[in-house]
Amino acid sequence: MKAIQSPPLLRITGRKLLLTILFALSLGFSASFTAFAQAPTPTDDEVNRIAKQLYCPVCESTPLDVCPTEACRQWRDLIRTMLSEGKSEAEIKQYFVEQYGARVLAEPPNRLVAYLVPAVVILLGALVLFRGFQMWMKPSLTETGAVDAEREAKPSQDPYVVRLEEELKKRK
Amino acid sequence: MIANFGFGVLFITFLVTVYSVFAAIYGDRRQIPAMVESARRAMLLTWPLLTLTAGVLIYLLTNNHYEVQFVYEVTSRSMPTYLKVTAWWGGQAGSLLFWSWLMSAFASLVTLRKWDRDREFLPWVIVVACVTMAFFIGMNVFFENPFAQLYQTTAGIEPHTFHPANSILFTPQDGRGLNPLLRHPGMIIHPPMLYLGFVSFVIPYAFAFAALITGRTDDRWIRLTRRWALWAWLFLSFGLVLGSRWAYDVLGWGGFWGWDPVEIAAFMPWLTGTAFLHSVMIQEKRGMLKHWNMLLIILTYDLVIFGTFLTRSGVLSSVHAFAQSAIGPLFFGFIGITLITSVALIIYRWNSLKSETEMTSLLSREALFLLNNLLFMSILVVCFWGVIFPLISELFTGQKVTVGPPFYERATAPLFAALMLLMGIAPLSAWGHSTVKTLGRAIWKPTIGAVVITALLFVTYTHHVGALIGFFLIALVILVTIYEYLRGAYARQRGQGENIFVALWTLTGRNRRRYGGYIIHLSMMLMAVGIIGIEGFQVETQGRIGVGESLKLSNYTVTYKELASWDDQPKGVNYTRAVVDVYRNGIYLGQLHPRRDYYYDSQQAMTIPGERATLRDDLYVLLIDWEPASTTGATFKIFVNPLVNWLWLGSFLFLAGIIIAAWPEKEMERVAVPVRRTIQQTSAAD
Amino acid sequence: MTESSVAAPRRGVPIWAQIIIWVFLVGLLAIVAAGLRRAQQGTVQPGQIIKNFTLPLYSGYDLGGKSEIQLENLRGKVVVINFWASWCKPCEQEAAEMQQAWTEYEPTGKVVFLGVDYVDTEPEARVYLKKFGITYTNGPDLATRISQYFRIKGVPETYFVGPDGVLQYVQIGPFTSIDQIRAQIDPLLK
Repeated sequence: MKAIQSPPLLRITGRKLLLTILFALSLGFSASFTAFAQAPTPTDDEVNRIAKQLYCPVCESTPLDVCPTEACRQWRDLIRTMLSEGKSEAEIKQYFVEQYGARVLAEPPNRLVAYLVPAVVILLGALVLFRGFQMWMKPSLTETGAVDAEREAKPSQDPYVVRLEEELKKRK
Repeated sequence: MIANFGFGVLFITFLVTVYSVFAAIYGDRRQIPAMVESARRAMLLTWPLLTLTAGVLIYLLTNNHYEVQFVYEVTSRSMPTYLKVTAWWGGQAGSLLFWSWLMSAFASLVTLRKWDRDREFLPWVIVVACVTMAFFIGMNVFFENPFAQLYQTTAGIEPHTFHPANSILFTPQDGRGLNPLLRHPGMIIHPPMLYLGFVSFVIPYAFAFAALITGRTDDRWIRLTRRWALWAWLFLSFGLVLGSRWAYDVLGWGGFWGWDPVEIAAFMPWLTGTAFLHSVMIQEKRGMLKHWNMLLIILTYDLVIFGTFLTRSGVLSSVHAFAQSAIGPLFFGFIGITLITSVALIIYRWNSLKSETEMTSLLSREALFLLNNLLFMSILVVCFWGVIFPLISELFTGQKVTVGPPFYERATAPLFAALMLLMGIAPLSAWGHSTVKTLGRAIWKPTIGAVVITALLFVTYTHHVGALIGFFLIALVILVTIYEYLRGAYARQRGQGENIFVALWTLTGRNRRRYGGYIIHLSMMLMAVGIIGIEGFQVETQGRIGVGESLKLSNYTVTYKELASWDDQPKGVNYTRAVVDVYRNGIYLGQLHPRRDYYYDSQQAMTIPGERATLRDDLYVLLIDWEPASTTGATFKIFVNPLVNWLWLGSFLFLAGIIIAAWPEKEMERVAVPVRRTIQQTSAAD
Repeated sequence: MTESSVAAPRRGVPIWAQIIIWVFLVGLLAIVAAGLRRAQQGTVQPGQIIKNFTLPLYSGYDLGGKSEIQLENLRGKVVVINFWASWCKPCEQEAAEMQQAWTEYEPTGKVVFLGVDYVDTEPEARVYLKKFGITYTNGPDLATRISQYFRIKGVPETYFVGPDGVLQYVQIGPFTSIDQIRAQIDPLLK
């Protein structure tokens, strides 16, 4: 094809230059893409969402999101960094446990024992009571006549109380 | 000089209480009324002595006597006088003294009544009161002396009770000052209120103990201490509410209850105390649940001692502090000994605590109260286990763990729900015989009402299942309670011909315990509304914004306007205050002023939120951080807490309810007694 | 309180129930007592043989490229175990002295300084180490195992272990001068 032809050297250089420029631009784009991928620093809310579930390793009974000390601020920054690296919530918690021990979690790691013992105790208690109740319900064969009389005396409280209420109504 | 005098008086008081214990026991065993009377007089002496001691301590606190260790630890020159007085209970040593002072006041009040009919109780009530007092005063005298002074010795500056050789008295220029968290009105009243509750519960325990020892295990001891138990419960409940309010207002965590071991330690005696309050009604009416009542009051007493140590004001401590302090083992020893003694006594007197009537139906009122006891005890088991588990874990596995809110909430939620269901059913149950039919007939109307309300809430407010269940139960209890109230009022209206309002008034007046109780139940339901609101629907956000920028949450917009920082030299505080504009749905509502108070003497800061409270919700704004050049940006944390003000509202109604319930019904009392005596004589003749 | 005229069987608490109640009660009290006693124990005291522990090391602060170190491998040398943290202000007071002591004793080859970083974050720790020019071995106390073993009550604390593996001295709080450090190490080198 007959077009205006640049001298051969320039042609090659020009194409190379164009390619280089294109290449550089595309590098720049992809670099900025990766920058975009890292750019949004995790918000305070995202950090707090995880920090809420952790406890300060040094303070007493203080959740990590509200702890005001310098050390806690560093830990929250650590969470922020880990989030921006793409770590998941579980990974972050795991990391904290490895670093600082199980006490940073809000619940003991072996939840079975923690929940099982009170459940067993409560059920046992309910069982004991129910058994006791059943024993009450059975007519007692060992009661003597005196006890029957005693039982009669007690309900007779009621007529007195009834009369009492009547008296009071009248006294109004 | 003055401090030594104070210590001397304290020491004498200790000797007096010890004497009183021995005199009472001796007088009772040898049947010498004069000895018992001497013991009683000795106990009466403790209050003036302790008041004198307290007076000395307050004098030292308000007059900058920093050579006294306690004064150094809890006051400073920048504190106003009234705060210096409240610093009395701002530290361990002082709060122990405060406890003893309250104990002596109540014990004296109890012994000032007429004892003619209950002479045999007197020595043992004195014994329990004085042993407890001797313990607390002994703590002060031998381990945590509030009058210890600082001496410069060869080893450094140390506190001592008596002037050691080769040392001179050391007077610091200024004190460390009260923990700033304690300089808030709520925190000033909260410890005394809690202690009032704790100490008042010792009185019913003393009578229970006396009943066990003397064998007079009928309900006499309950009737005698009925009002004490109620007031104790009032103070304890209010102490807990105040603590919650303080945590909400001042701690800046956005919540009111953190399931911290310290909170739980004060909550546990409340649980057994509430169960006790209900359970004694059954003993009075039907002579049942006697074992339970004994057990509950013993537990309440020991939990009170446990709670007292753990909730020492001044520092947010925990089980950790209990374990590491020097007097932890002593408290533990005291609790262990009293627990063992009391349990041994119950076992010894087991037979005499037999029920007078039988339980015939699982749905009778007695059975439901029994279930009530079981539920409260279950919650107690959960709480106690949660507190003790970290200790056990460290002991057996060497691993430190934390038991936090998720455990407690999950474990107690079904139990609380069951309690609420009970609150709805029990008022409709009958004594003795009750079947599903009778109960069903009574309850179907309120149930329908509750279902309707819940359906409405489902449509208009939320789809959250847990919250809906909670709301259903709340509606059920409220409807049942109102229903019971109106039923009684209508009966009066028809019988007496009064109009409905007068009927309601006189109804309440005639049976204060029952209707006061209903009001308390209603107030609890209001509080439950608040709790469900904040626990279920709280939202938060945090962000750094520049001046003029806003944070949005729910329908609220919070715009940062300005920030100012200044010193208050006399108070020793640096205030940093932000001003924010608040909009809801675009409508301007006003301004809030969250601030940070930094106290120079104790080098601690307090975060005070700006709050806007309505019945619908609370907007809660915290100033977390700010740039030195304040115009460039500040970090705010915002909470929206739906329905939380129902919690505080409910607590006011609660107060009214207890006052009604506790109001004396003198006439009933006087007439009731002779009738009872006759019955006792009749049955004794059998 | 009335008794029946004919002696009904006295149903007190049956023996088996009593045994259970007492065992439970005493057991509970014993457990709490044991926990209390354990918490009341101070730090590990001189005279005790320190059992082996593993300290993972920060890269750059390792003994010639190792990723972790075992205490028993250091037997025969004086080991100075220093607990610190970057957020600990008092630790800064002794940091310079510690480093100076290390430079004095390193040539002898008979002393090892181990910095145990307590509950800290690595970036902040490195900032601290760089600030004070610290070169001796340092590593994090993972899951606070080592500090729990020593039962430290705070930071800084320094433990001097002799060549025989027996704990010689415990320093609570920062050193105020390098003489104090020398005073503990020199006798052990004899």
